[in-house]
Amino acid sequence: MADLDTAGELTGAQSLVKSLEQVGAETVFGIPGGAILPAYDPLYDSEHVRHILVRHEQGAGHAAQGYAMVTGKVGVCMATSGPGATNLVTPIADAYMDSVPIVAITGQVASPAIGTDAFQEADIRGITMPITKHNFLVTKAADIPAAIASAFHIAGTGRPGPVLVDITKDALQASSSFVWPTQLDLPGYRPVTKPHGKQVREAARLIAESKRPVLYVGGGVLKAQASKELRELADLTGIPVVTTLMALGCIPDSHPQNMGMPGMHGDVAAVGALQRSDLLITLGARFDDRVTGDLSTFAPGAKVIHADIDPAEISKNRYADVPIVGDAKEIIGELTSLLRTGGRLPDVADWARFLTDVKRRYPTGYDLPDDGSLSPQHVIQRIGEITGPDAYYASGVGQHQMWAAHFLPWELPGRWLNSGGLGTMGYCVPAAMGAKVGRPDATVWGIDGDGCFQMTNQELVTCALEGIPIKIAIINNQSLGMVRQWQTLFYQGRYSNTDLKTNRIPDFPKLAEAMGCVGLRAEEPDDVDSVIEKALSINDVPVVVEFVVHKDAMVWPMIAGGASNDEIKVARDMAPRWDGEQL
Amino acid sequence: MNSPTDAGTHTLSVLVENKPGVLARVSSLISRRGFNIESLAVGPTEYPHMSRMTLVVTLEDHVLEQLTKQLNKLIEVLKIVELERDAVRRELILVKVRVEPDQRGQVLEIIQLFGAKAVDVTADSITLEATGSPEKLDALLKLLEPFGLRELVQSGLVAVGRGSRSITDRTQRGERYKHVRVV
Repeated sequence: MADLDTAGELTGAQSLVKSLEQVGAETVFGIPGGAILPAYDPLYDSEHVRHILVRHEQGAGHAAQGYAMVTGKVGVCMATSGPGATNLVTPIADAYMDSVPIVAITGQVASPAIGTDAFQEADIRGITMPITKHNFLVTKAADIPAAIASAFHIAGTGRPGPVLVDITKDALQASSSFVWPTQLDLPGYRPVTKPHGKQVREAARLIAESKRPVLYVGGGVLKAQASKELRELADLTGIPVVTTLMALGCIPDSHPQNMGMPGMHGDVAAVGALQRSDLLITLGARFDDRVTGDLSTFAPGAKVIHADIDPAEISKNRYADVPIVGDAKEIIGELTSLLRTGGRLPDVADWARFLTDVKRRYPTGYDLPDDGSLSPQHVIQRIGEITGPDAYYASGVGQHQMWAAHFLPWELPGRWLNSGGLGTMGYCVPAAMGAKVGRPDATVWGIDGDGCFQMTNQELVTCALEGIPIKIAIINNQSLGMVRQWQTLFYQGRYSNTDLKTNRIPDFPKLAEAMGCVGLRAEEPDDVDSVIEKALSINDVPVVVEFVVHKDAMVWPMIAGGASNDEIKVARDMAPRWDGEQL
Repeated sequence: MNSPTDAGTHTLSVLVENKPGVLARVSSLISRRGFNIESLAVGPTEYPHMSRMTLVVTLEDHVLEQLTKQLNKLIEVLKIVELERDAVRRELILVKVRVEPDQRGQVLEIIQLFGAKAVDVTADSITLEATGSPEKLDALLKLLEPFGLRELVQSGLVAVGRGSRSITDRTQRGERYKHVRVV
């Protein structure tokens, strides 16, 4: 938009596009409509901002998340007022829960019409107040550059999160001079990144004295791009590591100290490590109920070091003996150098040996179905083995998500995209789309369920038309599998409304073909590898592979909702044996 | 949280940017996170771009800590100070009391005793205004109750720390770091 530089005055719409160029936003996912229409005119000419026309605003939001997750940049989505904006609510809430930096730009009815129940009016600033890090309502053209600059700054710094900028139509149409702010006026926003030295020293002291320490690692470590630092700390101390659902790949699966994923469907060794620990070294994790189970019996013998960039997370659910506010990269780096130079390291040999033995005895595995049908776990495992750890993997929410978490090869950081906190079905396809736009040269797989897929699959049309060749594996068990599993376990097998009948309708390969993708199907175990290889050989269009799998497969291990972590079951009515395991 | 402590009453002075929607942000945060507040008063400060909210809460210490941390996350919250127990704390009440002609003397006497003021008198009622600490106003109301309270209007509590130091002044000079219990 070089021609704009010479113009004296810009419209608000031109200011918006120029602001997006200023912050380096290269990609915007969105759909135009009445109130945002003025912005789409200068966007048409922009040489720096690529707009990807999605099929539903929810897709735009999740795509912005996927893009942000793989690039580390702030993702951008755009929608019109009213329904366009309310369709963004789910991905905004998702980004808020999982701390993903996105900026959502919405059109709003003209400022004189606000509050009159005008056509396509919705108070999106009010609606998104509880699910954004911050939001803006801009009613003057001159205020647009500062709002955009502030929004990107807030979204991408501190604890990342979604920021919404709602701009009235008259502000987009009015003219003003373009003034890019040299300094942001955010006196109440000062994220703390540098940890307090005294706290880090105290943490190092506790670590040195501990006997059964565990590095409890959450998504914050990935957000801080601190997996290298984590690896150094783990290697130096020998302390066992557990990585939450949001942190998979932060330390390789193959690392001997990696005890796996804790939580409701966590690995026995990871859950056991937390429950028997005397010191949780909590890094960028938030003691989510899916990790802790019943809080009063969670890690009963452990003191807690809690490092997080968000002070409000510390002592929210579990009291922190040593709170450390700051950036995970700095905190871990300082801890490592203190421990290295301090001369005192904990003796964790017995503890590590005990956990390694638990890990060996209770690996997370699965049984193949007796009837020769496809095992969903096997399918997911083969996708990972054939494709390799360098690919990006997105998933929906439910059984297939947990199996993906367990059976894909997590050797590298930042390769895993899923909806952890909000648990949004429908996240997979659009998030995979956003990831592929951000990493066009990488292979991007979406591991989706037949239920999830039917929520947002229309974005495959976007992928086909925009040249975004993602690969989607539909793990079709003909049901809302996770809900069905709970019905099996807790509702006497009364399968109320979980039978999707997807063995008949829709015909997924045909649906895929109709959307401009290649559609494939595997029903026999012998087909699995060849169909995956076929999918990997197609790189010009999106590919959808339907795997028709056994519908009774369940996710194990499992801790029932609200139960104590000590109640973990490795299969139905089967608890791990802890007896005789004295430390 | 592992270490519950007894709930105590706390007065928080919250300095916020004077921007549209900031009250909605604060009240919606308090509501959605399930914090109980007893009183909330909002008004301008000596600086046009800054407003003050005075919050009275009865909370256990660790819940109070969560409340202040969550409030601090709001971008438009500049600073939170917990006022000490000896801070000057005031409420305003307007009360319409039913008064028979032969009781008027007694009511006027109570009004005088509490340093309150009769602001409107009719044949069968007196409307009075009074300011003071919540404890003082409670005592006043207890004495007026037997006559019959027709209407009671009560403000939120406002409070200021004793001494010459000012919270807003220090916020102005760029000491905008946020923490509690400064005063």
